[in-house]
Amino acid sequence: MNAKKGDWVQIHQIVLEPSGRAPTVPEDTKKVPLELWVKGYALHDSKIGENVEIRTITGRKASGELTAVNPSYKHSFGDFVPELLQIGKQVKGILYGDEYDER
Amino acid sequence: MMRDKSYAAVMGRKNEIMKKAVGIDYSVFESGGISFDYERMMADAGYTLEEIQRIQAEVHVGNTPLIELKNLTALARKLAPEGKGARIFIKDEACNPSGSFKARRAATAVYHAKKNGYKGVIAATSGNYGAAVASQAAMQGLKCIVVQECYDSKMTGQPEILEKQRACEALGAEVVQLSVGPELFYTFLCLLEETGYFNASLYTPFGISGVETLGYELIAQFREKTGKDPDKVIVTHAGGGNVTGTARGIIKANAKNTEVIGASVDLSGLHMASDTDFNRKSFTTGHTGFGIPFATWPDRADVPRNAARPLRYMDRYVLVKQGEVFYITESLAVLEGLERGPAGNTSLTAAFALAQEMDETETIVVQETEYTGAGKHPLPQLSFARANNIEIKFGDPDEEIPGKNIILPRHPSMIKARDFDLNKARTSYIKNCVNACNATKINQEDLRFLIEDTKSNEDFVSQVLKELNIEVLRKTGGKT
Repeated sequence: MNAKKGDWVQIHQIVLEPSGRAPTVPEDTKKVPLELWVKGYALHDSKIGENVEIRTITGRKASGELTAVNPSYKHSFGDFVPELLQIGKQVKGILYGDEYDER
Repeated sequence: MMRDKSYAAVMGRKNEIMKKAVGIDYSVFESGGISFDYERMMADAGYTLEEIQRIQAEVHVGNTPLIELKNLTALARKLAPEGKGARIFIKDEACNPSGSFKARRAATAVYHAKKNGYKGVIAATSGNYGAAVASQAAMQGLKCIVVQECYDSKMTGQPEILEKQRACEALGAEVVQLSVGPELFYTFLCLLEETGYFNASLYTPFGISGVETLGYELIAQFREKTGKDPDKVIVTHAGGGNVTGTARGIIKANAKNTEVIGASVDLSGLHMASDTDFNRKSFTTGHTGFGIPFATWPDRADVPRNAARPLRYMDRYVLVKQGEVFYITESLAVLEGLERGPAGNTSLTAAFALAQEMDETETIVVQETEYTGAGKHPLPQLSFARANNIEIKFGDPDEEIPGKNIILPRHPSMIKARDFDLNKARTSYIKNCVNACNATKINQEDLRFLIEDTKSNEDFVSQVLKELNIEVLRKTGGKT
């Protein structure tokens, strides 16, 4: 995907390579870099994976690898968890005397 | 001249950067040893309760309703022995502009930043505090950057944190997201240096005194409803500010006999800085991964002296399990008609168990709720856990192993508040104080400070010091 100058984009940076990580971090974390993502307006045309300069919403300049154009929010209410219904039935059963008390 | 932005150079400038970004010279409160003048710091650097009430009223923060949870109380009484089952009340802090009590901390921090001419505020937080600072910055016309630890190395984000990113951005803030690791602090320092913004730390006197109104209000509302003081107030404990601020407010309201209890979700066994453990937890706050380290060493925070000192105020500390909190969150929704976020219901879960130990004539107040929504709700949090191969089942909550399973109690009578030995935490704290100063001897001032800061007594502190081979000098004035 391409980004045009002025598009709202997300960039990615490597802040610390694995070799530069703090001595206190656990072994699994030491094997991976410290990464950063931030959003802003592209200051020039670019392509996914290429370096791009942006201006963030507070007016800062930053640059990094272009990862998304018009990045969207993907979090949701997830998959349904039927166990939650069972909890509702159980507490109502105990309180209001239905047949659901499974003690 | 361009400043050296390498990790070592920036970390080396930490004190200089922080002094500019917080505007407090902490050295004036220091004694040179273990002790520092906590109350003077709170008085000189903070605001009075009346000032904070005025500041918060201006920005629509506080005065949240106090609700009696009659149906949950009735359920607890069904499970309790005859005559037991205290009345449970809850302070509905989700009614604050940003949906949590954190608005109280943010209101004072942002007010202070504006008053002192800062153009913006920065906060390092993956929690509700981000949206609180963003909301207050929007209201008070300042810029805002929130730095959050959000993803593991596969760029999988915790749903709860992704929701907080969305909330911050919706309120006009810039969100800088990082992968797992304590070096977030380096990025945070770089941003403070680059922008000259105010560090809206969770742990300054402004932030903590902002929570005092919660405790104060709670007591006033409770007295109006019942004519008495509550027997117990229970507070979800993570970084310590909620406990500290609330307890200080309760003391200012002169409620002398109210017991202050901290509650956290038990996440023992999961390493907070571990890339692989990061997405194996189903709570991102209110848990022991913050609760215990911040109790035993509060000065680990992003300011030299932490204004949040939970051991100074906690009378009791209890732990609950993840599955129990989800159970109670669901019960709150279907029995009380209040759909609220799980993390904020940590203390409610403990209250439900503790109420069953108390007489029917007694009372317990849960001092917060938080907003809920996509990402931040039992559904996404449990289904995310399931997707990460965490087993979810009904059973005995005592068999829950954080990172392996989430056990929803088979029956609500299995929900427990498990006591954490506060003397163990106090002992670690004293040890950490001694180690931080490389002390071999301490003076009377340090001794008094340790007694106050652990809410214990001379016998207890002296015994711990004796075991650490630390001599206590008889006369005041001896240096370490």
